[in-house]
Amino acid sequence: MSKSSKSDLITALDRREFLKYCSTIAAVLGLGPSHVKSVAAALISGPRPPVLWLHFAECTGCSESFLRANKPSIDSILLETISLEYHETLLAGAGQTVTDTLQAAADKYDGQFFCVVEGAIPTAENGIYGMIGGKTMLSIAKTICPKAKAILAFGNCSSFGGIAAAAPNPTGAKGVREALGITTVPVVKIPGCPPNPINLVGTIVEFLLKGQLPPCDEYGRPLFAYSKSVHHNCPYEEHTTEAKERCKHDEGCKGGKCKNNCTEVLFNDESFCMKAGHPCIACSEPEFWDKMSPFYQKPEGEGKGQEGRKGQEGRKGQGVGKGQTYEFDPKWIINKSVPVRRPAGMSPDRQKGIPRNFNLKGQKVRQSNKSYQIDVSRPAK
Amino acid sequence: MYPDQQNKKPGNNSMTKIQIDPVTRIEGHLKLEAEVTSGQVVDAWSSGTLYRGIETILKGRIPEEAWLYTQRLCGVCTYVHGSTSVRCVENAYQTVIPDNARIIRNLLMGGQFIHDHLIHFYQLHLMDWVDVVSATTADASATAALAKRISPNAAAIDFSAVKTRLQAFVGSGQLGIFANGYWGHSAYLLSPEENLLLMAHYLETLKKQIVVAKMHAIWGGKNPHLQSLRVGGVTCGAEITTQRIGDFKSYLQDIKQFIDTIYIPDAMLLAKKYSDWGAIGGSQNFLAFGEFPTANSKPESPLFPQGVIMGGQAVTVATVDTSQITEHVRHSWYSGSADLAPSAGATQPGYTTYDTGDKYSWLKAPRYAGKSMEVGPLARMLVAFGKGTPKVVSAMNSFFTETGANIQTFNSTVGRMSARALETQVIVDAMWFWVNALSTSSSSINTQSSKSTCQGVGFNEAPRGALGHWIDIAGGKIGNYQIISPTGWNCSPRCGNDIPGPLEKALVGTPVADAAKPLEILRTVHSFDPCLACAVHVLDPHNDSTYIVRAT
Repeated sequence: MSKSSKSDLITALDRREFLKYCSTIAAVLGLGPSHVKSVAAALISGPRPPVLWLHFAECTGCSESFLRANKPSIDSILLETISLEYHETLLAGAGQTVTDTLQAAADKYDGQFFCVVEGAIPTAENGIYGMIGGKTMLSIAKTICPKAKAILAFGNCSSFGGIAAAAPNPTGAKGVREALGITTVPVVKIPGCPPNPINLVGTIVEFLLKGQLPPCDEYGRPLFAYSKSVHHNCPYEEHTTEAKERCKHDEGCKGGKCKNNCTEVLFNDESFCMKAGHPCIACSEPEFWDKMSPFYQKPEGEGKGQEGRKGQEGRKGQGVGKGQTYEFDPKWIINKSVPVRRPAGMSPDRQKGIPRNFNLKGQKVRQSNKSYQIDVSRPAK
Repeated sequence: MYPDQQNKKPGNNSMTKIQIDPVTRIEGHLKLEAEVTSGQVVDAWSSGTLYRGIETILKGRIPEEAWLYTQRLCGVCTYVHGSTSVRCVENAYQTVIPDNARIIRNLLMGGQFIHDHLIHFYQLHLMDWVDVVSATTADASATAALAKRISPNAAAIDFSAVKTRLQAFVGSGQLGIFANGYWGHSAYLLSPEENLLLMAHYLETLKKQIVVAKMHAIWGGKNPHLQSLRVGGVTCGAEITTQRIGDFKSYLQDIKQFIDTIYIPDAMLLAKKYSDWGAIGGSQNFLAFGEFPTANSKPESPLFPQGVIMGGQAVTVATVDTSQITEHVRHSWYSGSADLAPSAGATQPGYTTYDTGDKYSWLKAPRYAGKSMEVGPLARMLVAFGKGTPKVVSAMNSFFTETGANIQTFNSTVGRMSARALETQVIVDAMWFWVNALSTSSSSINTQSSKSTCQGVGFNEAPRGALGHWIDIAGGKIGNYQIISPTGWNCSPRCGNDIPGPLEKALVGTPVADAAKPLEILRTVHSFDPCLACAVHVLDPHNDSTYIVRAT
């Protein structure tokens, strides 16, 4: 599709609205106002990047979350920004037609497509617990995913196994990277149950802008969304006036143990869990279904209910399970009088609490600690 | 897209076997097989192809947290399992929720119905009836005239711009989700202008559903997978303010306008144009548990009443007796004998191979008094009509007058689609009264004392139909948790008596013009709005092939 006809399409939509969207995307990515034009150009220039969306052991909540995308709005994402080549919930055709479509698209766009994965992959008993078109989900993933330019694991299930992997994980469910053991294709994890769609859109836009994926943490979660704890920007954080009435710490809020940008970008431009009166359950963290329960009791071993399930290790209190490492002290910053311990020999940036970034080429990228105020009520010139 | 041509018999009545795997435009993973002879479906098999084991995962966990886990059974039917879970535990603890909580939950459920049904009609079902490629050949001003005729009060749409947008998309060569549709199929009956009108509404719905989700997020914190339920009520009391009620009402008015001027006229258009589908895809038996309680304890007098209809007698509605519910595994991938009586011993998932003569699905087969039961919008509307619920009776009678349908032709594929639209309109109207009954000064949650040993059951009408959760609490932890979901009823395989499930039965008699393009089959499959993630989950360690689900 030619560039000019795409621009015409955007003109046919509301240009003001479109630039407003671009401002918000730029802000989410931590870019300044000067980047708005380049975000807009990235969205409308060149061919639409092909996207193959795979559904495995999932509930389709992540697709539904994506459907709520409002920046830009989902209809323009689907028709103008990306070329969604495969998505079982939306496809016109069915059956062998679409199985052929999937393979044909993966071959045609070999090395060029984003593979969005939703859902965990059952691996027990050679993967028979999940089948599509007569093949196991595991074998489909092994065939298609290595051909992608990048795998975007959208949601906690494809990132970390999600609910299907909660103890005792009857089907051997794993996140896509762990199930495939893949090392040749970058895997970006955008967890949450569900994740905020703006974080998927932001990841794609960052790629369109810079030709590389955003800098990520040790799990592969993009730092523009997952570098700060939910607690960090919570309006009910204990030093605010709203804290007394609306802080959910005493009810078991795990916001201090969870990284996500919920309180900054909001869900549905409306709200977030604590605003609705419910504690955070840390749904963007690995194994949260096991490790963050009891959900309604304070962390750090206070209160009742510390006995774990029979035979289940690592579910007592809020301890870090076996094999898990965290970038920061797992006690987090719930009580600011507790100093955050850092290993000796840390760089001054790290000591200030600026996280180490590395991009997926393994190169260090320093993240700016500036923040930008974007006035989204007026479109950029 | 070629049918699996096994078992081709020689002679005039050669039988073709069609396999559709994956079925698209549903939730979850479904495989459908049909035998077609002389251009008609003579038999069908419905198979769920994913198993996650949520019940096993729930064992030993804290009952008050169950709703957080069960909500993740499905993100399309988000909220409904969470709602049933808290009702289930409230039933076990004998907790009564306050008025505000009941109203908020009704608003949340109502919002979920609206969102689910809009997306279903436009994004999931529409392309079975609307030819997208034909839409790009329409005359834009004729389409505008048609729109004005069908719905004079609808907001104006620039059909020329929509046509340009679709043409450019199709013309780019990257058709994406519209690729490989059955465009040009003889079963498409609409004019290019009608096709363009409906595709314009497809795009409008993509935008409008965001507003419905915002309604949900006001009380729920986020959508999908809200986070404001708790055993005893809801947590969003601090959001029940004049300001937020005002925000909700402005979204509600916007959505009501959309339903009245876009969704209902479109549903009527399809019902008129595809009136011959009033003879295809009906069911014999219907079940509804009732929903939208108007009181906090029994009798709850729900807006949509509970009821059972047997043998297609739409005017005879019996009371639901939940002790009549059993689940079979004879044709499902769970080990156990074909014996009907419950017995001790663990039931383990046991995958064999796909064999329609033996075991072929991860779904179990729920039966009511031994019969397979359809649940969902058609069941609800027929039960409410039969019981004389005034709002439903008047909505259906208006619909019959406008479209020429009647109570018999309503029991069909196109009737199912129409029922979905009509109940959406009834609900959006009722929500105005519910939100006006909210109190900014009353409590929204009752603290309850938990019980360490008890049993409970929670019933719901989810958008797809009757839903039940059963819990057994021992030592303060979940001992056993059972779910029977609407798609479990609708898409069930054969039972131990080889009675087919509702979808399998409804497909018999469906015309198939071209076995390589089974569009007509998809029309009926989609009319049930299958949600497989909800339906496949059950693992019962106590019983063998069947178990009686206890009603408490």
